Amino acid sequence: MDLRAPLGRVRGLGSAKSGTHHFWVQRVTAIALIPLSLWFIYAVLSLVGADHATVSSWLQSPINAVLMILLLLATFHHLQLGLQVVIEDYIHGEGTKIASLMILKGGSLVLAVAGTFAVLKVAFGG
Amino acid sequence: MVEFNLPKNSRIREGKSWPAPEGATNTKNFRIYRWNPDDGNTPQVDTYTIDMDDCGPMVLDALIKIKNEIDQTVTFRRSCREGICGSCAMNIGGENTLACTKYIDDASGDVKIYPLPHMSVVKDLVPDLNNAYAQLSSVEPWMKTETPAPPDTERLQTQEDRAKLDGLYECILCFSCATSCPSYWWNGDRYLGPAVLLQAYRWIVDSRDEHTGERLDALEDPFRLYRCHTIMNCSKTCPKGLNPAQAIANIKKLLVERQL
Repeated sequence: MDLRAPLGRVRGLGSAKSGTHHFWVQRVTAIALIPLSLWFIYAVLSLVGADHATVSSWLQSPINAVLMILLLLATFHHLQLGLQVVIEDYIHGEGTKIASLMILKGGSLVLAVAGTFAVLKVAFGG
Repeated sequence: MVEFNLPKNSRIREGKSWPAPEGATNTKNFRIYRWNPDDGNTPQVDTYTIDMDDCGPMVLDALIKIKNEIDQTVTFRRSCREGICGSCAMNIGGENTLACTKYIDDASGDVKIYPLPHMSVVKDLVPDLNNAYAQLSSVEPWMKTETPAPPDTERLQTQEDRAKLDGLYECILCFSCATSCPSYWWNGDRYLGPAVLLQAYRWIVDSRDEHTGERLDALEDPFRLYRCHTIMNCSKTCPKGLNPAQAIANIKKLLVERQL
């Protein structure tokens, strides 16, 4: 039962005054991922059949290591921004929504950090 | 979670059939969604077979003929019958449009007529638009200024600035676009929807309005504005040929522009 007038309901808690940053960064990471993904595909194809030592030394090159870390960060940042939208669209229970968002954001962060650590470990001769 | 299946009391069953008048040779079937809140039944689809030699060319002509001559209980909104009032918006042949400007001949087989999708139904083809109207009120669709109007003339606007309102002022608020938008279906309580956002942009872009910043502030919200995922159903379905998706994209651009 809700006896509020429709206008009161629609105005609700007011504007969150956010969302633009999310919108903008999602597009910036999308654009950044175009050259990074092309580079990654080119790199993987050129390393087909290479042995472990060759791949390790390839990743020890500063340019390759930096580009690989940028690719990981951009991918996981873009991924969590995109999936956040899906969760907000379809999950309407406040509790489930907040829990899903935290798992998503935390999971993406863990994966991004783990990936970066792996690259650094190889790059610094681990 | 979003409900993808209709709730039990919304499942549609086959309703009554009204045969063509005797001697009619050129007939067309109209399959019309019927629901009456007073009889406690689930919705049904009634079939009316019409003599097309004795009916006007538009879907609204057929609806009025049915109501006048066959079944007075068929309930729908209509007023101007010429595409300017926006009252007779409904889902015809799977597409939201105005019954008064939709040719019956556009449908190859039966003409299927349902109310605007995903709105509460008041009765038959009449959707409850209270929420949509409140959303329109919430964007304050009128000119807001601090500068007093000149005493002896109207507020002036260059022809270029006036041209920015073309494609916006023509909106008749039939809500065909909003009710074709999946984002509005799932989050219509918080997302303003294409019709209201196009109206909001109509005042944001008006060179005479002095509250552009406040208007943008009010829209800058993950749900009010950013539920738009450029699905573009709005622009595809608009019976007036307008482009609400473009208006929404322009609002997003302005919000980025004022930050960079």
